[in-house]
Amino acid sequence: MFIGHFTERPYQDEKSGYFGATGKSIRDLDLSNDIYDPQIGADLYNRYLDERVYAEEMGFDGLMLNEHHSTPFCMGGAMNVEASILAKITKKAKIVLLGNILPIWEDPLWLVEQLAMIDMISRGRLVSGWVRGTGRESVAHNAPPPYNWERFQEAHEFIVKAWTEPGPFRWEGKHYNYRYVNPWVKPYQKPHPQIWLPGVVSEDSLKWAARQRIPYIMLATKLEPTKQAFQIYHDTAKEEGYKSGPQNLGYLWKVHVDETEELAEEVGRKFVQGPSNPFLAGNEGTANQALMRLPGLTSRRRVLPTMNAATANRGGVLSTSYEEQIENYTIVTGTPDTVIPKIRHILEELRPGSVFFWDGDGAMTHDDQMRSLRLMGQEVIPAVREIAKELDLPSSFDINPATGAPFEDTPAVAEVAD
Amino acid sequence: MTTTSQAWTEEIVELAGTSVQLVKGGSGEPLLILHDEMGHPGWMNFHEALGQNNELIIPSHPGFGDSPFLDWIMNMRDMAGWYLEALDDMGVGQINMMGFSLGGWLAAEIATMDPGRFNKLILVDAAGIKPPTGEIFDMFLVVAKEFITESFLNPEGTSEFATICPEEPTPEQAEYWEVAREQACRLSWRPYMHYPALSNLLSRLKNMPTQIIWGREDAIVPLSAGQVFNDSIPGSQLAIIDNAGHRPEIEQTDEFVRIVQRFLSG
Repeated sequence: MFIGHFTERPYQDEKSGYFGATGKSIRDLDLSNDIYDPQIGADLYNRYLDERVYAEEMGFDGLMLNEHHSTPFCMGGAMNVEASILAKITKKAKIVLLGNILPIWEDPLWLVEQLAMIDMISRGRLVSGWVRGTGRESVAHNAPPPYNWERFQEAHEFIVKAWTEPGPFRWEGKHYNYRYVNPWVKPYQKPHPQIWLPGVVSEDSLKWAARQRIPYIMLATKLEPTKQAFQIYHDTAKEEGYKSGPQNLGYLWKVHVDETEELAEEVGRKFVQGPSNPFLAGNEGTANQALMRLPGLTSRRRVLPTMNAATANRGGVLSTSYEEQIENYTIVTGTPDTVIPKIRHILEELRPGSVFFWDGDGAMTHDDQMRSLRLMGQEVIPAVREIAKELDLPSSFDINPATGAPFEDTPAVAEVAD
Repeated sequence: MTTTSQAWTEEIVELAGTSVQLVKGGSGEPLLILHDEMGHPGWMNFHEALGQNNELIIPSHPGFGDSPFLDWIMNMRDMAGWYLEALDDMGVGQINMMGFSLGGWLAAEIATMDPGRFNKLILVDAAGIKPPTGEIFDMFLVVAKEFITESFLNPEGTSEFATICPEEPTPEQAEYWEVAREQACRLSWRPYMHYPALSNLLSRLKNMPTQIIWGREDAIVPLSAGQVFNDSIPGSQLAIIDNAGHRPEIEQTDEFVRIVQRFLSG
């Protein structure tokens, strides 16, 4: 079992008049950055980095970062900058990037170099995830949405080649062209860091991950559709002729632990307040329909069972109440005594090899996050490790997801050459 | 069932290496019509009126309607190149051409590539030029219905608006729009809805009679772009239609038809 910590690093500024319960709700494309306060920005970036250092101290295996653009719900517009800092200020935890938005990069050789440098400085602690990005990413960096999937695949092939094959070489692709690929930095891990794919919507992406033997991480979706999507992964793996298992799957959901049940509920409600991701069900933001239907960004037909969960608030209405989310396990809050059995239920249902506790988000304060991290370290993480052992849930670092067999003496590698 | 025969036909034909959805109607001198970014809107009143004097030839561009998209067509000049071969295969010889919005941009690109093959050119609220004042409305930051509504100065007062943009579109209609938006996006995402060199290339149309038509209140492609077209094409004329937005052919059908017929018969 691999246990990671995640927060989306919201830009919290109550006096802006935005953000859920405090005023107008957020709607993508309708929010000007003229309200941006550099003092708040500086404080929050440093706070979130400090919390990561403490999460490592409390025993988390991984510190997960993500990236969004032109939106206050995620301050990680240049996630690789945060990852670079973590590479130096943390010691043991993996730095899990879920992930770099491949199609929006005009020059993915920058990714080849940046990620290899992060792997080098952290001495092999990088997990390099890729995503296709939401509409706001394509709009912000002006990447053509109908070519999102083609650019994703081509950039992936290019990066893996640049990491693994001797240069110099030329690359003449449909979307990327290079006359001299010979980066003077290579990944610390050989042949390269594990590549993971997080997602919620696209069946193309999930099947692609299964065919590439890349672990797939489902983001904050309900249990039943998540199980169905995981089954598609297992079925695809079977077609490909290998045995997938927990090592191929991860799950991220909201977990907050606190000292009393009352405090846990009070703070847990902050998940759906403040500047939370409006793309996910239950938050007090409004997804812009045009961004969700950006032409050609994802197939209109080949979507996963989890899509409904991801887009339940399409119409802009808060469709899943806090109570419902507690009920359906997409939010778990409580004291360690009540949280641990709920986590066991999720592990039994989904059988993931990696889990990420999404905490410290929405309107939660630094103190809220630090109490939860301490209790997770003292009680929850040790208990979850025992449960995972009992349920036999190996991670992609325990068992090679490409083969279903243990790694031998070689470092973890998620892929086979294709 | 009505007893009068339908004024138009629709068929799938093979042109320039792909199958193409082709609508034809009316009779007289042929007029090639290039539809806009939302696809052929169906047989409208202006088609009916123009069909009295002209045979209208209305292909769905590759990637629109039932014409499959071609992987290699990644921009408007690729599309224009494809069209020239498609016209060869149609065997239409010298022909008149009219394009609306994105189809107007396409018509301008095609004409500059091979001016000898066209008699007369009509550009209606055409995209393709970066307007010196104002900006081209971003169709990709709104949903289809919002964009179509924005295309009209007075949607409520336009009888055919509900035909083009019904309150509750059928799933087929909604899918038709999404297909159109996807192909428009491939062709025009960046630079958005224009080609920087086009205004320079237009001087090649110096011997081609060209009528530019614009709705005065066009909120999609500002009138200033129409003036650049007019200044860039030697000898062209610009007709501005009052009380119309981006779709003067629908909002002011009579005046639109009068301008087109006068130009084509002149």
